[in-house]
Amino acid sequence: MIEFTLWDIVRNLLLAARWTVLLSLAAFIGGALVGMAVLFFRIAKNKWSRRIASGYIALFQGTPLLMQLFLMFFGLPMLGLRIEPWTAAVLGLTFFASAYLAEIWRSGVDALPLGQWDAGASLGLHYLQELRLIILPQAFAITRAPTVGFLVQLIKSTALTSIIGFEELVRTSNAINNATFEPFKVYGLVALIFFVLCFPLTQYARRLEQRTPAR
Amino acid sequence: MAFGWLPGAVGDIAHGAATTILLIAVTTLAGTLLSILGAAGRRSGPALLRRAIALYVEVMRNTPFLVQLFFIFFGLPSLGIRLDPILAAMLAMTLNMAAYTIEIVGAGLDAVPQGQTEAALALGLRPRQVFIKIVLPQALKIIYPALTSQIVIMMLESAVVSQIAVRELTYEADMLQARTFRSFETYFVVTLVYLLMSMALRRLLVSGGRRALGAGVS
Repeated sequence: MIEFTLWDIVRNLLLAARWTVLLSLAAFIGGALVGMAVLFFRIAKNKWSRRIASGYIALFQGTPLLMQLFLMFFGLPMLGLRIEPWTAAVLGLTFFASAYLAEIWRSGVDALPLGQWDAGASLGLHYLQELRLIILPQAFAITRAPTVGFLVQLIKSTALTSIIGFEELVRTSNAINNATFEPFKVYGLVALIFFVLCFPLTQYARRLEQRTPAR
Repeated sequence: MAFGWLPGAVGDIAHGAATTILLIAVTTLAGTLLSILGAAGRRSGPALLRRAIALYVEVMRNTPFLVQLFFIFFGLPSLGIRLDPILAAMLAMTLNMAAYTIEIVGAGLDAVPQGQTEAALALGLRPRQVFIKIVLPQALKIIYPALTSQIVIMMLESAVVSQIAVRELTYEADMLQARTFRSFETYFVVTLVYLLMSMALRRLLVSGGRRALGAGVS
């Protein structure tokens, strides 16, 4: 039997953590882009557009992320797309993140006084200019803390992609555990790595929250 | 798409859903109780206890639930604590939820005006009576919507405990798709069941909260 030193375990976990970080970033960027599109539908003047966006958000917030990942993993091949754990993980987390980010930013848009829209209109700006120059910058500014808070949730959520076979931190730790039979040490270290990734962001979100002036 | 397998699977799905409901019912009760104790201890306990609770909250909130679950189910036996899958799941869910609800309940306690405590003390109530009869009911009323959301989130998160072979809804879905080879259809149906359950749970909590805590609870 091969002996594993502590350093062997830590080194392999850290190598796998790269994928956790990369997946979190890809899903956050993808989620922000799709989330922007959902936000546009969610705050549009058309009633049906708002309803569809609300339904989309309710769907992702009302079902387990694990189910969303399974549907992505087993559903896309039915459409004739060849799919790997990596693509299923990125796409699944992207749609998941888009729903949450759209809802967070929508709360920012709703928090602005209606006078902001009126002021924009009276300056002769059309709808898109109002959004780009007046509404969205303020909405993003006041929702910075929950946005960072959601990034922490997203990093933690990447753990679920181990279940559909993506080789990130948790899946690697399962393999290491099967070889070393030291679950206490291995899962303790995994928790520590996640903590090191998430804790600074949590603190940052907390600082942003304190800095945001009360309205 | 083919759903011919569905009539024969209704029993399994219902059984899994019942286990999920059991898990979330136990977690809600135990987690809320634990978070009331935690929030109270964090405000008026000895300094060491306060620091321990703060550390606990940070650790649980900054690590994934799946890792906590594996740590409890696979890791604790090496300390001599061996738990059934369902007990390990209940323990992990309760500990995870409490970390979030300690903060929520704490915010509620802070929101009750200090004058309430002073008035109750002036009326001759003992400190414990003041907390249980005066401050806590008002705090729970304030934070009830946030508590409701957390319970629903926890129910959705419970899908993960299928990974330690707790026979809840997701586990039954895994078994069904292995038997029928209809993976997408199986998970599609089970996702709908989860959606209905989360909507029903939210509605139940809102109406139950109105009855227990009085009007004004949204």
